[in-house]
Amino acid sequence: MSELQYSLRSARDDLRTEPRPIRIVIIAIAVIFLTVFVVLPLVVVFAQAFSKGIGAYFAALSDSEALSAIRLTLLVAAISVSLNLVFGVIAAWAIAKFDFRGKTFLISLIDLPFSVSPVISGLVFVLLFGAQGYWGPWLQAHNIHVLFAVPGIALATIFVTFPFVARALIPLMQEQGTLEEEAAISLGASGLQTFFRVTLPNIKWGVLYGVLLCNARAMGEFGAVSVVSGHIRGETNTMPLLVEILYNEYQFVSSFAIASLLAMLALITLVAKTILERHLDEGQHPRGD
Amino acid sequence: MGLTLTWLSVIILIPLAGLFLKASELSLDQFWGILASRRTLHALRISFGLAFAAAAVNLVMGMVIVWALVRYSFPGRRIFDAIVDIPFALPTAVAGVALTSLFAQKGWLGAPLAALGIKVAFTPVGIFVAMIFIGIPFVVRTVQPVLLDLDAEIEEAAASLGANRWHTVSKVILPSMIPALLTGFALAFARAVGEYGSVIFIAGNLPNVSEIAPLLIVIRLSEFRYADATAIAVVMLVASFLIIFAVNRIQRWAQTRIPAH
Repeated sequence: MSELQYSLRSARDDLRTEPRPIRIVIIAIAVIFLTVFVVLPLVVVFAQAFSKGIGAYFAALSDSEALSAIRLTLLVAAISVSLNLVFGVIAAWAIAKFDFRGKTFLISLIDLPFSVSPVISGLVFVLLFGAQGYWGPWLQAHNIHVLFAVPGIALATIFVTFPFVARALIPLMQEQGTLEEEAAISLGASGLQTFFRVTLPNIKWGVLYGVLLCNARAMGEFGAVSVVSGHIRGETNTMPLLVEILYNEYQFVSSFAIASLLAMLALITLVAKTILERHLDEGQHPRGD
Repeated sequence: MGLTLTWLSVIILIPLAGLFLKASELSLDQFWGILASRRTLHALRISFGLAFAAAAVNLVMGMVIVWALVRYSFPGRRIFDAIVDIPFALPTAVAGVALTSLFAQKGWLGAPLAALGIKVAFTPVGIFVAMIFIGIPFVVRTVQPVLLDLDAEIEEAAASLGANRWHTVSKVILPSMIPALLTGFALAFARAVGEYGSVIFIAGNLPNVSEIAPLLIVIRLSEFRYADATAIAVVMLVASFLIIFAVNRIQRWAQTRIPAH
């Protein structure tokens, strides 16, 4: 780069930035704010979990109540993620590849659980399945347990995590269009073959991205699950619910030990998300762009 | 197609319809009676008022954070950029117990604040703090891509026409970010209004003092006062519909206002 070009470039840069003291103040405010409001809460979880030593930490995690909460959380996440995966892909496919009336309404419907209070997401299922709910008496007569049991917890979790997979896929599938599918079909592929050989490979990073976020929310959901679970010890307590119960009983080490597992899940999710975003960006901007 | 609609109906439409059906069983007098009770009104005021204030703080701090992340380079910038998403990813109950222990009277931040005479945990201030925590990623993640995409030429043109830096920022850059800032504000507000997990631990939950509306719904449910729970839920649900609607309008306005280059 010649000297003239260089001085021109730095002159250009000067036009687009602030004096040094202002820069330093802005960076300082941003860093201090994020440290106080985001980093410290995360650090405090681990500090409290290990405050009585590693022995107490692992003792808290191997407690039978803790183990049953971990099992229940994994079970509920497995149910809700797999169902939302299947229907999320189908919903995104229908919205991105076909035109029909009421499409915008359908998209808003999919988005709805994001903007509803988690407590309300739980409440709606209590109104349907509760003892005083619409179907409660019938369920009781047939001895079917939905509320205060695994089906209720799974339903509330599915409701809350519904948008993740579909949301991740709709823009991706819209951008890819239908050309490749049309080509496959015109070359004689069946509908299912087209889906598994053409559509699915194209959206695999998007699917993973949706599943990742869906899983993180499913394992961490508190408000909705709290309303439908009934808090039966050793039976209907998921990990976030057990964090609450132990905390209210002043068993801080146990509470924060379980919280630390959930915090680690959040951190792993964030790292994986960053990696996946890089893959998705590459997919969207082919070389030469 | 039919499958999608069936599944959507079973999981989302029918449960929500159930809520409105339950609410329609109430007479208007009953409905107003529930909402006008002192405790309900206070809880709604706390949830909406503090959520609005927290979203306003997030609007300003979010803009500062985005500016630092996009325009400047400093050590740890990429890490701080990734950290912004933690309130999204951290389960709300975990955030709740962590914030409480941080701001409790013997906590890392609570102790020095108590020395200054400021009580955060178990007061409405605690609710405000938790709502700021939960809302910050909404503003940052909505505004960040817009600032990244902003044309350098516009700024250079303003500067070469003699505008000083402050004028360029306040008259040229900020106006073009208004739709994104409003959207981020609305999303942060909506989230904070309905927030439950990260708030209830730090709130103290005293009726008529530091009780949020979602908690009052849970309390009414546990007392089997379904009608009360439903009435409060309907108000909050209608509010979130209005916010979604507003966000969609802002987005459409932004698209027509700034022609695509």
